[in-house]
Amino acid sequence: MKLRNTIGALGAVLIVASACNSAAPAASSGGGGSADRSGILIEVVTHGQASDPFWSIFKNGVDAAGKDMGVKVEYSAPDTFDMPKMAALIDAAVAKKPAGLVVSIPDATALGPSIQKAVAAGIPVISANSGSDAYASLGVLTHVGQDETIAGKKAGELMKAAGVTNALCINQEVGNAGLDARCKGFTDGLGGTVKVVQVDLKDPTGAQQSISAAVSGTTGVNGILALGPTGATPTIAAIKQLNLNASIKLATFDLSKDVLNSIKAGDMLFAIDQQQFLQGYLPVVFLTYDKLYGLVPGGGQPVLTGPGIVDKTNVDTVLANTGTTR
Amino acid sequence: MTTASATGEDQRLRSVSPLRLFLSRPEFGAIVGAIIVFLIFAILSVARGDVGKGFLSIQGAASYLEIAAQVGILGAAVSLLMIAGEFDLSVGSMIGAAGLLLGLLIVQYGVPPTIAIVLTFAFALAVGAFNGWLRIKTGLPSFIVTLGMLLILRGAGIGFTRAITSNTIVSGVNANTANDPIVKLFTASVTIGGGEFKVVLLWWIVAVVVATWVLTRTRFGNWIFAVGGGEQAARYVGVPVHRVKVILFMTTAASAALLACIQVLSFGSADVLRGTNKEFEAIITAVVGGTLLTGGYGSALGSAFGAFILGTTQLGINFVGINSDWYQVVLGAVLLLAVLANTYLLRRASGSR
Repeated sequence: MKLRNTIGALGAVLIVASACNSAAPAASSGGGGSADRSGILIEVVTHGQASDPFWSIFKNGVDAAGKDMGVKVEYSAPDTFDMPKMAALIDAAVAKKPAGLVVSIPDATALGPSIQKAVAAGIPVISANSGSDAYASLGVLTHVGQDETIAGKKAGELMKAAGVTNALCINQEVGNAGLDARCKGFTDGLGGTVKVVQVDLKDPTGAQQSISAAVSGTTGVNGILALGPTGATPTIAAIKQLNLNASIKLATFDLSKDVLNSIKAGDMLFAIDQQQFLQGYLPVVFLTYDKLYGLVPGGGQPVLTGPGIVDKTNVDTVLANTGTTR
Repeated sequence: MTTASATGEDQRLRSVSPLRLFLSRPEFGAIVGAIIVFLIFAILSVARGDVGKGFLSIQGAASYLEIAAQVGILGAAVSLLMIAGEFDLSVGSMIGAAGLLLGLLIVQYGVPPTIAIVLTFAFALAVGAFNGWLRIKTGLPSFIVTLGMLLILRGAGIGFTRAITSNTIVSGVNANTANDPIVKLFTASVTIGGGEFKVVLLWWIVAVVVATWVLTRTRFGNWIFAVGGGEQAARYVGVPVHRVKVILFMTTAASAALLACIQVLSFGSADVLRGTNKEFEAIITAVVGGTLLTGGYGSALGSAFGAFILGTTQLGINFVGINSDWYQVVLGAVLLLAVLANTYLLRRASGSR
């Protein structure tokens, strides 16, 4: 009796296991490429949490490229901003002996050794999103992304042109050097006062209250730059609630439905789009053609996907593709 | 069990087969769970043709054992504390805070690594002692006391680091520590068959062995069980309840500091988000390992298998290519399954007495 129950439990486990198994190839097949391409595995390891709408578009780019190229792509990310765990995920991806590896590099010191191990193992590596300052020294083929300082500076210049002198910078992912660079570039471009406000990206209500408090507690704020949609959405809500739309100019990095609707309605001035769909898409294309034909982008320069500006003039086109490619 | 009673037919003296004794150990369920979880991922790996690479390679094993070791170090200490009936939710933040302290001391203030390590441990032990003192002095549940400490440590880490460096990452630690022999204790690694096994594995084994020895072979271990089983009763028979608790809070804080040293010295940087959610992972590790949330019962050895389950699952999901959108669902399901198997087997083994 006891033994039979135990066997029953084991059987249930195996059924669950085989169910998982049948789901996995179904998700990654469906490419239109020739048979030899389906054996190509491209590993993608980023620091992007699945709950962030930004990374959802990045992943759409990865999946679309996998489909278009007819190769297998497998995507992984740590569940929190945890660099030692991400390093282990890179090690794990390398252990799968993929044809190519795509990584984001938010902390080059922590992730460097794991990336160098991949390079040493003969796996071509391309960095995407974060890592423009580190890719060259790690032996990474190229970087596909946006230069955060240049993009931040652009945002500062646009804000300055709109008459902003005293601004807040809303940081939703404290610890990411790329976001710190955006704030620094913004400060340079604006040439005015900038105060950094930290918010929790998993707690929109708390974030909104932090932003309200910062606006009320800082005299003369006439501009706010959010560093991503998870910071922008509570910022829009906070300013609406305080009824300060007329006196405070809003802008953000990266897009979301909320952000685009606010631009269309005139509540937000502009958004800096780094076109992360391309950051997910292009590295998979590059690595596939590297594997097939040895074609690699040359010159050691990064491939810049941004800053693109979304404002009232082009917001309708962008809105039409929201959630899939924008 | 060995205290013989004079009564003729004492149930406590009934002879029990060694197998039954093993089956009723708290860690038995975790061992079975660990084997099942490993087999699931092994079967899935074979099914996708990954033999000698991915999950079933030495390099793969090195990566999931590293994840297991990191949480396992915490789990060993946390399970002792939980057996004594207390929680420490501040261990995750302590990893961040201790790591930042170590990084800032070395990079910003040029303190020699050995002294910086000593100061980091001293800081952690002081915070741990404060947690214990506050718990005892106020009578508040440790859940609340250490939740407060979780926020304070995380916030102080961000505040001080930004005030001192105007950044949220302290990097360049390994430029100052490369040739220090003491630092090697935290950063060494050995390459076997293409897999790089890090010294954190050794620390994990040491932590589990020491915790298990203390728990099962020393008077202090008996005190831990007594305190968790019934605090008042323990006090009546002369157990120094307060001292036991303060020492255990210091132990969990020290385990976090140890992990912080390993992470910062081997990864070369500290950032303000290190250790996020590690307090829950440590508790999961202990519970999967057979430790009761209510205290008084559990095993440090079990936490090692709990950590193994957590490590293999977290990376196994990636190895077998399950779409990462479903990552947390699979992780939660496997953990639930492991705990269910654990309680079920335990009840069957001990209930038929």
